[in-house]
Amino acid sequence: MAAAEFETPELREYPIIPKLQKGTMAHSKPFVAKEQFQTPLGYPGELVDNWKQVAIDKMGELTEKYRSLQVFLDSCVKCGACTDKCHYYLGTTDPKNMPVARQDLFRKVYRRYYTLAGKLVPKLVGAEDLTEEVLDDWYTYFHQCSQCRRCSVYCPYGIDTAEISMAAREVMDAVGKGQKYCNEIIGKAQTLGNNLGLPEPALIDTLEGLEEDIEDETGVQVKMPLDVKGAEVLLITPSADFFAEPHIDGLIGYAKVFHEAGISWTMSSYASEAANFGMFIGSYENMQKLALRIRKAAIDLGVKRIVFGECGHAWRVAYSFLNTLAGPFDFLDSNYPVPQHICEVTHGLIQEGKIKLDKSENDHMTLTYHDSCNVARASRMGDTAGGQFTIPRDIIKACCNNFYDMPEYSIKEGTYCCGGGGGLLTDDLIELRVKGAMPRMQALKHVTENNGVTHMAAICAICKSQFSKVFPYYDFTMDQIVSVHQLVSNAIVLTGQNDGKSDEEDSTDAEQAA
Amino acid sequence: MSILFAILFYAATAILVFGLAYRIRKYIKTPAPLKIPTTPAPTSRSGVAFRMIKEITIFESLFKSSKWTWLFGWLFHFGLLLVLLRHLRYFTEPVWWWVELIQPFGKYASIVMLVGLGGLLVRRIFVDRVRYISAPSDYLMLLLIIGIGATGVLMTFVTHTDIVTLKSYLLGLMVFEIRTMPTDIVLIIHLALVILLMAIFPISKLLHAPGVFFSPTRNQVDNPREQRHIAPWAVKLESK
Repeated sequence: MAAAEFETPELREYPIIPKLQKGTMAHSKPFVAKEQFQTPLGYPGELVDNWKQVAIDKMGELTEKYRSLQVFLDSCVKCGACTDKCHYYLGTTDPKNMPVARQDLFRKVYRRYYTLAGKLVPKLVGAEDLTEEVLDDWYTYFHQCSQCRRCSVYCPYGIDTAEISMAAREVMDAVGKGQKYCNEIIGKAQTLGNNLGLPEPALIDTLEGLEEDIEDETGVQVKMPLDVKGAEVLLITPSADFFAEPHIDGLIGYAKVFHEAGISWTMSSYASEAANFGMFIGSYENMQKLALRIRKAAIDLGVKRIVFGECGHAWRVAYSFLNTLAGPFDFLDSNYPVPQHICEVTHGLIQEGKIKLDKSENDHMTLTYHDSCNVARASRMGDTAGGQFTIPRDIIKACCNNFYDMPEYSIKEGTYCCGGGGGLLTDDLIELRVKGAMPRMQALKHVTENNGVTHMAAICAICKSQFSKVFPYYDFTMDQIVSVHQLVSNAIVLTGQNDGKSDEEDSTDAEQAA
Repeated sequence: MSILFAILFYAATAILVFGLAYRIRKYIKTPAPLKIPTTPAPTSRSGVAFRMIKEITIFESLFKSSKWTWLFGWLFHFGLLLVLLRHLRYFTEPVWWWVELIQPFGKYASIVMLVGLGGLLVRRIFVDRVRYISAPSDYLMLLLIIGIGATGVLMTFVTHTDIVTLKSYLLGLMVFEIRTMPTDIVLIIHLALVILLMAIFPISKLLHAPGVFFSPTRNQVDNPREQRHIAPWAVKLESK
């Protein structure tokens, strides 16, 4: 399937609610998973013959297992509050990308088979039979939801489309119509330990290379430990941190923080992945298998704490679900939350004065911060509600002199998804990704024009990959997205580092006259 | 007519009570296996209670999302609340003092309620996004409640029914005694529509009323790191 030509949405000075245009994204579908990716996860290799019955039964099973699904399917009054809240609707204008319309693709089938009114008078209450067209619509539009939960903030009943899209994906997996990108990755992570399928030797090689780079740059031997038994901290980080830009600069930042604070730490080759794609397909079982690898690694390595690197959905699974899926963690040091976010660690160290930061090292940038959706609306940092907003910003402000927030409607709990979350970060969905990024691009453009912002920091591997890919479509450059710990890495003053540190840096780095 | 309406009243009440009880029982029995509060979320039960009170009194989330829908929705619901409370006077003898107190407000609240409903209907018809997501039942539900409200307003301000006889009839129903009911057409329509509304309550979107209390994104405490949360079916999964 050749990528279709498409137009990048226009960025406006002020956001508008677009008029709906039916079917503009009806052609957008990710590749279907082949048997080799389905079978290992316990799903049929292709569409089963009695798929309708299997799907309807699965739907019933899920409404009995998840109160969220049951309540959300019943409660919607079609008030329309969510209709202009989804970045995919705003970017594509396809009405089936309005959260309620997306839910209704599933709800209309639920009503037909599981409610009295839907059985008796389907037309009256918008109930519909499950047909091939409906299944096709499910595949199309439940793969245009990044499970970012923005709609759930604005729904008067807290209906979260993510829950419905997870359920729909689970039903599709059960009938043999899974999505290649997610299922292939889950398979890799369950067998090799990370989404990229990096084997241990490759990891060792990469980490050694990074140690050399840091030493060349700073003159300080900062370690990147792997599988070190008895370390205090087990760091679980998205595997993109091992090779992608700007992720890798974040990883270097974590290493420098641990080094400077004198905290012994290690990564694990067995659990070398923070992201848990089991959540994207709504599969408790597959999500649990991945989570249990982290538990096993922590036990085998005898660590006292678990810390997660910068990753959005991963932090949701870690913060909100890890204790449920793989707990209790009573074998860890109870003085620390399990798990901890790397930002919580760094923030604490800054407050205690255990690491020193030279803000001027980031003077060549004017920064803004993109709240990653699943950190913002599905998790927390620190002790108080909203810590997930203040802690990363506090870190950034401690690392640089120039910081401006994007417009209020587009940050914190109202943040827009990057457009690539929820299992959609694949090239077969590039049109969707570009269009879905529009609301964020518009807000970013606003601060670049009004405040001279040059770079946007983020704490999510998906956001970083997505932005480096879609920035050029909107006349930004790939390197305008940075990791929060990249800023820390730039600013941190390592004990015994070269005085001439900045001399060895890239010539693009503006320098302070020493 | 008195007997027919008595039967319908009893039937509708039974459907409403048992239907809702059945539904609520289902919500209670279905586990919420994962912690999914929409954050920032309260970190204590009292915080959750406060969040919930804000949701059901000032419609906090709706206020964030759409000011017009919030305005019309709020006018409708709080008009309705006052109207319902005012109606208690037809079921109590002597009338409770605070029901007496709200009587004048309750009368005009019926008009406020109609204004809210009208606004919601106009939105549903004229906003393309809302029109797209509307099924016939969504319009009919509004028309049904508008019908109830309009006939009520008519009886309050224009063509009064024989309220003494009506009250005696209603008090009779409460002690399973069928007395005579007034038979003017506006009242008959009013009561018939109310009965219909009661009967469809447990099988329609009116389930949002109990549903909001069971919504995990709003009623869960944000404390997954401190307290392990696990569903019974997930425990079984673990022992496998």
